[in-house]
Amino acid sequence: MSVCWQGSAEAAWDAAAAVPDPEVPCVTVADLGILRWVRVEDGVAVAGVTPTYSGCPAVLAIELAVEAALRDAGFDARIERVLTPPWTTDWITDEGREKLREYGIAPPAKSSGSIRSLFGEVTVACPKCGSTNTEKLSEFGSTACKAHYRCCACAEPFDYFKCI
Amino acid sequence: MAVFEALLELADDHLILGHRLSEWCGHAPMLEEDLAMPNMGLDLIGTARTLYDQAGKLEGKGRSEDDLAYLRGEREYRNCLLVERPNEDFAHTMLRQLYFAAFMRPYWLAALTSTDEVVRGVAGKAEKEMAYHIRHAGEWVIRLGDGTAESAARMRDAVEGLHIYVDELFESSDAAQEAEAAGILPVRADMRAAWDRTVADVFAEALLEQPSAAYAQRGGRQGIHNETLGHLLAEMQVVHRAYPGARW
Repeated sequence: MSVCWQGSAEAAWDAAAAVPDPEVPCVTVADLGILRWVRVEDGVAVAGVTPTYSGCPAVLAIELAVEAALRDAGFDARIERVLTPPWTTDWITDEGREKLREYGIAPPAKSSGSIRSLFGEVTVACPKCGSTNTEKLSEFGSTACKAHYRCCACAEPFDYFKCI
Repeated sequence: MAVFEALLELADDHLILGHRLSEWCGHAPMLEEDLAMPNMGLDLIGTARTLYDQAGKLEGKGRSEDDLAYLRGEREYRNCLLVERPNEDFAHTMLRQLYFAAFMRPYWLAALTSTDEVVRGVAGKAEKEMAYHIRHAGEWVIRLGDGTAESAARMRDAVEGLHIYVDELFESSDAAQEAEAAGILPVRADMRAAWDRTVADVFAEALLEQPSAAYAQRGGRQGIHNETLGHLLAEMQVVHRAYPGARW
């Protein structure tokens, strides 16, 4: 029985990990580090999901989507909201950062603990042409997690995933 | 019960100020602010939701975050008076935000070592968000205070008008004192030095002066509010009360 459940836990993780973020669909919940773990307990798949920003309106949508994905994979499913350790942009995987860049969103600066990166006082490279000659247009962008930038080299306006 | 009440006070502060910011949505003078204020409001409401949820669990009477937000009357709300002050103009809105965030940033930093896991989790996010709020509101206070004759006069009016609501931020109710003694919440009075520093730095650049405190207005923690809170709650709760049990 236990061998069987171990295999199932892997299948449950794969199903949950493939769920795309509802607001940034180029990345999955696993890429963003929102999906912390998946356990199979007594035949029920339990997924640990952590909210990103306090007021992120996508939290509920993400939880529902992960639950639905687990059910589609044949599991009874339950979501557990994980608050600690709190999510920071450092939880985004390297693969996730690359996917964001390809999608046209500048990934967040590394090491969210620094007050300079928190305030966006960092060099942000244009996701289109790679130039670091960019300027911030607005601290607040299209979603709670993004700021708005413009590339001074290629004139492309783009979103920057804020570093928290 | 004391911890339930202390968390409720904290949650009420965040919900009421978050709702006040949401009132600007669609009315701000430029797109950036139309995005910025609801964004900041969402931070506060998100924090309130987690705190209400936890408070409801501690109370153990099955009250959900919606029950606590939508089905309590004015006298049952325990928010401090600062957060219910009307938006008035940009000077008032941004100064109110600066005052609140300048208090909450050191508060949440201190709460990172709380004995309660939920409080630690909330604090880990909120302290960073409060840093954003201080910066955004602070920039506006400087821009307006050191701006035109009209904007400077409005900024001085805001300082005059909001000053009497500052002291209440640093006072702990009996319930809060119990939670503080248990290491669940930080001691409010301890935030004074950090608050003074943040506000003094902004005011120096904004060419504003802190008036000396003549007297402080208080009462929110006992449920004694200004008339404006009733109007706010009426708007915030009307749908839920008209359609009891309605869900999204």
